[in-house]
Amino acid sequence: MRGEYAMEPSISIRELTLKFGALTVLKGLNLDVNPGEFVVLLGSSGCGKSTLLNCIAGLLDVSDGQIFINGRNVTWEEPSQRGIGMVFQSYALYPQMTVEGNLTFGLKNARVPKAEIADRVARAAKVLQIEPLLKRKPAALSGGQRQRVAIGRALVRDVDVFLFDEPLSNLDAKLRADLRVEIKQLHQRLENTMIYVTHDQTEAMTLADRIAIMKGGNVLQFDTPNEIYNRPASRYVAEFIGSPSMNFVEGTGDLSASPRFAGTHGDFALDGYAFAGRPAGGPAAFGIRPEHIVCGPEAQAKPIHLDTKVDLVEPLGSDTLAWVHAGDQPFWVRMDGQSTIRPGDRLPIGFDPARANLFDMQTEARI
Amino acid sequence: MGHNKTPAAMPEITLASRGMVDGPSGPKPTKRLSRRNIMIYGILIVVSLYYLVPLYVMIVTSLKGMPEIRLGNIFAPPVEITFEPWVKAWAEACTGLNCDGLSRGFWNSVRITIPSVLASIAIASVNGYALANWRFKGADIFFTILIFGAFIPYQVMLYPIVIMLREIGLYGTLWGLVIVHTIFGMPILTLLFRNYFTSLPEELFKAARVDGAGFWGIYFRIMLPMSLPIFVVAMILQVTGIWNDFLFGVVYTKPEVYPMTVQLNNIVNSTQGVKEYNVNMAATLLTGLVPLAIYFVSGKLFVRGIAAGAVKG
Repeated sequence: MRGEYAMEPSISIRELTLKFGALTVLKGLNLDVNPGEFVVLLGSSGCGKSTLLNCIAGLLDVSDGQIFINGRNVTWEEPSQRGIGMVFQSYALYPQMTVEGNLTFGLKNARVPKAEIADRVARAAKVLQIEPLLKRKPAALSGGQRQRVAIGRALVRDVDVFLFDEPLSNLDAKLRADLRVEIKQLHQRLENTMIYVTHDQTEAMTLADRIAIMKGGNVLQFDTPNEIYNRPASRYVAEFIGSPSMNFVEGTGDLSASPRFAGTHGDFALDGYAFAGRPAGGPAAFGIRPEHIVCGPEAQAKPIHLDTKVDLVEPLGSDTLAWVHAGDQPFWVRMDGQSTIRPGDRLPIGFDPARANLFDMQTEARI
Repeated sequence: MGHNKTPAAMPEITLASRGMVDGPSGPKPTKRLSRRNIMIYGILIVVSLYYLVPLYVMIVTSLKGMPEIRLGNIFAPPVEITFEPWVKAWAEACTGLNCDGLSRGFWNSVRITIPSVLASIAIASVNGYALANWRFKGADIFFTILIFGAFIPYQVMLYPIVIMLREIGLYGTLWGLVIVHTIFGMPILTLLFRNYFTSLPEELFKAARVDGAGFWGIYFRIMLPMSLPIFVVAMILQVTGIWNDFLFGVVYTKPEVYPMTVQLNNIVNSTQGVKEYNVNMAATLLTGLVPLAIYFVSGKLFVRGIAAGAVKG
């Protein structure tokens, strides 16, 4: 799969370290982003994702390491010299300027010829459908319109790399979904490299070609949404992605020729499980996603099945979530939206170890 | 249905007809003469009297002739209104050898205040901007020292500054005083501007940097247009502060360039002849007119700016 990206990376980060006084925010971070790729930096607050983006933009001076954009070492360069456009969470439109003034400010600073400025503004305004707004002040725009103008300001710069710093966090849910689609369309049309910071896993899963999951100033896993969802590199990633979160059963893994897992509720064969490498056995956590658990009569057909009791039911319309338990082991299960299950009911559940993930209890890494 | 212009009989709208039961409904009635209101308005009236009565006494006294003042009732309105004391205070009152009234001091004060205000605000706003947004090496130490400067009593520095001004040949001149005012305005003004610029969204500054604007570009094109309220606050603080200054004026200037306040003191405290209370009152009012006018003109902006700049530290 990686073969198709044989060209030079669009953005390359080498051993990037950033310290604020005694606090190390980024710890020797490495990341390669391919040209035209949409990369999402995902993590909970304080993981360093926005800091990393600010370093790429040149808004923060790094303590150590190097940053390359299109093969050029830009570690010491000014933000405006790096060939990037940036979109901020609070839109950051200049309040005293019109929309047109906002779009042209950077171009005028760069002494772009007047005719070309007009041309680029017209093009960006057309792409983003903000032509009727050009003479207005930001205060007279709605949130969605403001964020479009902010994207336009990056667009007119005619750069290869777009940086988004949680651009949709200030919008309401409906608008957020709409603009998410627009950003994806924009990326498909422009085909430039985009780095997008968010803490919203839906945004990450829907937009990204690859997601970098960050924690404590490091990248834990950098892979396609599909890989991250199906084969999370560590227990943290597994818990972070997916809502409700993955179910874990703690026990012991016997990883001999015929691998088995022994939990509190019997042990079972790990048939069809895709092992990462060739690990030794030991204490392990067996993880299965709520949507990979089958409920009701079909459960019997699965390699592993349990009898559970329903504690709580959350109907969502499209599906129904149920909080069930077998002994003292709780599970979240996701079932059909038409389910008529009620708290107190008995519910047989079953799952296939091929869809599960096994994590080492010490290192938290996937086995 | 429901669109007839003249309904045959309008049924009376009652709580019951709208499906409600008797009892509280709609906005809660407010009591005008509550204990709380009496307290608030009582205090407000007392406080305003406290400030207005002296002003009233000054105004009526300044409009009386000396014989009327000698009657002794300071609260009585003038029987015969005369503007003679005002004219005398402005153009004829003697201080030392000069007998051209307060007008000389007024113009001196104008010539001191305008450059001091402009210079101090220009420098302090750039200081505040640099401290808030550029976080250069040693910024924290610089800021601490600057703020510390605000707490050193003036008296400690009076004489050293006399020597410094003498050495650069500006002692006793108007420009020497301008420099002193500019420097002494720096700590508080820098703090004011720094806090205001810190309160502006940081992302605006970042966006401008990505857009290729430099230190001065961001200052003039992005920050200044958003900062009118705080500039008005700084201007009011400085105009009133410098206009009302007495200590520096008396120490660092000579009689020809005395500011208005010093001259006022010399008029009011002159020991020769009769105490002309009406002239003194008129002179005092004249001196206070400038700060008063500034407050009236820009009061609203002042409040807005103080609120914007002072909340975030």
